[in-house]
Amino acid sequence: MIELKNISKSYNEKEVLRDISFSIPHGQAVAIVGKSGAGKSVLLKCLIGLIKPDGGTIYVDNKLINSMNLRQLQNIRSSIGMVFQFGALFDSMTVGDNISLALQKLTNLTGNEITERVIDSLESVGMTGTEDLMPAELSGGMKKRVGIARAIAIKPAYLFYDEPTTGLDPVMTDSINRLILKFQQSESVTSVIITHEMRTVYEVADRVILLHEGGIQFDGSPKEIKSIDDAIVQQFITGDSTLV
Amino acid sequence: MFQFFLLPFQLIQKSLEGIGRYVELMASMFRSIFTWHKNLNLVIDHMYQIGVLSIPIVILTSLFSGMVISVQAAYQFESGFVPNWFVGSVVGESILMELAPMMTALVMTGRIGATIAAEIGTMRVSEQIDALESLSFDPISFLIMPRILASAVMFPILVIIADCFGILGGLIAALNSMDVSFVEFIRGLRNWFRPWDAWFGLIKGLFFGLAITSIACYQGFYTTGGATGVGKSTTATVVVSCIAIVFLDYILAALLL
Repeated sequence: MIELKNISKSYNEKEVLRDISFSIPHGQAVAIVGKSGAGKSVLLKCLIGLIKPDGGTIYVDNKLINSMNLRQLQNIRSSIGMVFQFGALFDSMTVGDNISLALQKLTNLTGNEITERVIDSLESVGMTGTEDLMPAELSGGMKKRVGIARAIAIKPAYLFYDEPTTGLDPVMTDSINRLILKFQQSESVTSVIITHEMRTVYEVADRVILLHEGGIQFDGSPKEIKSIDDAIVQQFITGDSTLV
Repeated sequence: MFQFFLLPFQLIQKSLEGIGRYVELMASMFRSIFTWHKNLNLVIDHMYQIGVLSIPIVILTSLFSGMVISVQAAYQFESGFVPNWFVGSVVGESILMELAPMMTALVMTGRIGATIAAEIGTMRVSEQIDALESLSFDPISFLIMPRILASAVMFPILVIIADCFGILGGLIAALNSMDVSFVEFIRGLRNWFRPWDAWFGLIKGLFFGLAITSIACYQGFYTTGGATGVGKSTTATVVVSCIAIVFLDYILAALLL
C-alpha cells in the first residue's frame, strides 16, 4: 500500500507538485498521466525517495519514507523495481551484469542461482541470449525490456515504470504493454506507470490519475476518463490542442 | 542595470553553494571510506585506469621535462661561473620538488579529471545514478570513493615514475648537449639531494591527486542539463583543477618548506 498526503514540490519558485494526495492499494495498476512537465516523473521519484518533497508525507507499506536515512531507504527500495524512461542501464556493464548487480546486492542467492535468475528474467521479457551484449549494442526498445528485466529480477512487491513506451513504435509499445500486464497478473505486484500514452492507460491500468499544473485533475478508472465532461481531461485524452 | 550590480553577489552566492555541496559530498565520501573492502574490485579497477594506463603519458612528459631543464641549465651555465656538473643538482631538485608532481598533475587533469567528470556526468544525466540508488546502492561509495581512494594510492606512484624518468631525461640531454659525464651528473645530483625533497614531491602528488579526482567527481555528480551539461562539467573540472593545483602548490610549499 502506498499513501501520499499533501505532497508539494517546487523548483526555483515553480510549483511542480501541489497538495497531491492519493493512495494505491496492493495489487492495483495505476497510470499517472499528464502533459510534459506536469510533474509525473518528479512524483515517481518522490515515491522511491530519490527526490524529497518540500511538504507532505509518503507512506510505503505504512512506513514514512520522507524522514528515512539512507539505510532505511535502501530496505524499502529492495521491494521496489524501477524501470527508467531510457532504461538507465549501466554503460560499462553487460546486460547480464546489469541484472546480476542488483541480485548480488539485494539477495542471498548463490552465483549459479543468480545466473539462472538473470536468464529467467531476460527470457520473460523476450531477450534470451543477450546476457553478454553491452547496452550500446541494444535498440531503444531492447534497452527498455532489459530495464524491465532488471526491475523484475529482484521479485519486487512494487513496480514503477517511468514512461515505459515513450518513443517506441506501435508494435514495441504493444509488446511492452503486454509485459506490464503479464507481470501485473502473474506476480500480483502493485504497479505505478508514468505515461502520456493513452493506449498504455487503456490496456494496462486499473486506475488513472491525471496531473495538471501540479494538482490532480482526474482520479478514476480508464472507462470513466473517456466520458468525463472536463475540457482539460478531454484535451489530454483526445490530443486536441484547440479544446482549452 | 540593477541586475548588473547584483551579478557579483549572485556569483559569490553560487560559489559558496558550490563549496558547501563539495564539502558535503566529501564528508559523505569519507564516511563511506570505511566500506572500501566491499568495493575492493572497483578500487583495483580504478587503480588500473587511473594509474597503470597513465604511465606512458607520465613517462613521456617527465622525460621531456627533464631534457628541457637540462638544456636550459646548459644555456645558463655557458658563462662559465657555474661548473657543468651542477646540472645534475638543478635537474634533480627541479624534477623532485616541482616538475614531476606538477607536470603529472596537469597531465592527469586532462586525462583522468576530464574522464571522471564525463563518466559520472553522463551517468547522472542518463539516470544511471538514480538507477543505482533505486537498486539500493549508495552512489557515493560505489562511484566516488573507489576513484578517490585509487587516485590517493596511484598519484604518488606516478610521481615516483615521473621523478625517475625526469632525471633520466635530464641525464640524456646533459650527456648530449654539455661537456659533462655520467659520473659528474650523478655527483651533482647527489650533492644537493635531500630525502625530504623527494617526500615533498610525493606529498604534493597525493594532494594534487585528491584535488583532481574529488573536483572531477563533484562536477560529474552534480551535472545537469544533458550533453551540454556534461561538456560544462568536464571543462569546469579542467579549469578548477588547474587553479586548485597551482593554489595547493603554493600552500604546500609555504607550509612544508
